[in-house]
Amino acid sequence: MLLIHCPYCGMARPEIEFRHAGHAHIARPADPAAATDEEWAAYLYWRDNPKGLIAERWRHVHGCGRFFNAVRHTVTDKLLATYPAGAPRPEIDLP
Amino acid sequence: MARFSFASLIRNAVSGNARWPAQWRQAAPKPEYDALIVGGGGHGLATAYYLAKEHGVRRVAVLEKGWLGGGNTGRNTTIIRSNYLWRESEGLYDHALKLWEGLAAELNYNVMFSPRGVMMLAHNHHDVMVTKRHVHANRLAGIDNEWLTPEQAKAFCPILNISRDIRYPILGAALQRRGGTARHDAVAWGYARAADALGVDIVENCEVTAIRRRPDGAVEGVETTRGAIRAPRIGVVAAGHTSVVMAMAGVRMPLESYPLQALVSEPVKPVMPCVVMSNTIHAYMSQSDKGELVIGAGTDAYNSYSQTGALHISSHTLDAICELFPNVRRLRMLRNWGGIVDVTPDRSPIVGLTPVPGLFVNCGWGTGGFKATPGSGHVFAHTIATGAPHPINAAFTLDRFRTGRLIDEAAAAAVAH
Ligand SMILES: Cc1cc2nc3c(=O)[nH]c(=O)nc-3n(C[C@H](O)[C@H](O)[C@H](O)COP(=O)(O)OP(=O)(O)OC[C@H]3O[C@@H](n4cnc5c(N)ncnc54)[C@H](O)[C@@H]3O)c2cc1C
Ligand SMILES: [Zn+2]
Repeated sequence: MLLIHCPYCGMARPEIEFRHAGHAHIARPADPAAATDEEWAAYLYWRDNPKGLIAERWRHVHGCGRFFNAVRHTVTDKLLATYPAGAPRPEIDLP
Repeated sequence: MARFSFASLIRNAVSGNARWPAQWRQAAPKPEYDALIVGGGGHGLATAYYLAKEHGVRRVAVLEKGWLGGGNTGRNTTIIRSNYLWRESEGLYDHALKLWEGLAAELNYNVMFSPRGVMMLAHNHHDVMVTKRHVHANRLAGIDNEWLTPEQAKAFCPILNISRDIRYPILGAALQRRGGTARHDAVAWGYARAADALGVDIVENCEVTAIRRRPDGAVEGVETTRGAIRAPRIGVVAAGHTSVVMAMAGVRMPLESYPLQALVSEPVKPVMPCVVMSNTIHAYMSQSDKGELVIGAGTDAYNSYSQTGALHISSHTLDAICELFPNVRRLRMLRNWGGIVDVTPDRSPIVGLTPVPGLFVNCGWGTGGFKATPGSGHVFAHTIATGAPHPINAAFTLDRFRTGRLIDEAAAAAVAH
């Protein structure tokens, strides 16, 4: 089980307090009626699914209830940063 | 290839089983082939076998980064069934089930296919409605599936707890009698041995690290940890690592990779005659021929390549198992492990062409592709050999995520298969 630091509550809490909410920084097409099939597919379905760093959304459902983002390494599952929704993805240098 | 027969078993028994020959060659990669298969799991090996056997494409190599069948093929709980909801899925999975029925004879290798019946439990009103819908759809399509009352379910699997006062009471079940299990390693080994006998090179410890393309965009070959290999046709069958391999050709996939885990108990005398699955509470159980109870759990919530699942996922499953089968409560678990499964948005696989000429993909089997191994290899071999899908896999395109023609087994089969 992961220990996840909620940037709003300011503390690390066990994973079962949180709900994973998919990849972060995926923007819905600004003008849905004008979006092409390719744009919809990219928004809904195409994913990087990286073996390495991933930016993802979590929601502290059994805490403050708020969404935030995290950068995690998908091989070690180590959480390298958590940051409030709306903030840009932090640059992280891997050793 | 030394054929297995009653006579050969006797002969080798009296010589102390010391004279069995190797079942396939340890091939080193050649510089060029007519087709390459990336991934030496059951699906990749089956593809190579049918390419050689049914399409005469024999200059084929299967490139496996680890050992044969060391991916999800060797990590799954081996449940086989074909009672899916949609017409397309029924066609694909039942094609596989029919091949399972003759597979040991076809390969001259005992894959221990055991059609002992797969029972899927319904725990609430919604489950009952969905399960009955499946039963009716399957029967219209000529696929066996029947509805059982709780009492009938218990008669079929006597260790089942059908008390009405448990957290997830059993309100009924669907039973596919033709479903069952098979020995996972034997499936990989049987296909490997039969493909090898037809001239296919099976190259282990050979990781594909790049896909090379010609100026016109078509594939030219691959780079591997054992050197560069040229081929005009490449089939990617890399399960949880498909996104990683396809990225080498610049193709993004509608896939997410998750850990899925399973456990086995200490071995006990036969107590369970069938397979029981509960999609609602994420618990699957059957008993292996060694006597271990083989238990499948759910996936972790987040993308990962860690090959281990979180403890709270398996303990959640064991809670459910202890409630459904109270007499296994005191058993100890011997091992647990994880595999990385590649999940599509509609929980149906992708078997077909890609935007890159010469590059084919067979993936997205997620939590439930072992059952499809023979059928998947069979139709994928057709796709690679002819450059066009077989009618059975024609709907399972990559492009369906753009056109919207999804095959939504996600709603149909809850999460796991
Ligand atoms: C715990 C668990 C339980 C499951 N239970 C069931 C079940 O009961 N019933 C069912 O039907 N399905 C089940 N499944 C799903 C099933 O195991 C898979 O869908 C199926 O085995 C996939 O077969 P495959 O041959 O495509 O993949 P794999 O066997 O994973 O083969 C892919 C191979 O590709 C190799 N590879 C990856 N990248 C590269 C590279 N760059 N170069 C070379 N090789 C590479 C890997 O090493 C691997 O051996 C389960 C899965 C898990 C993990
Ligand atoms: Zn919080």
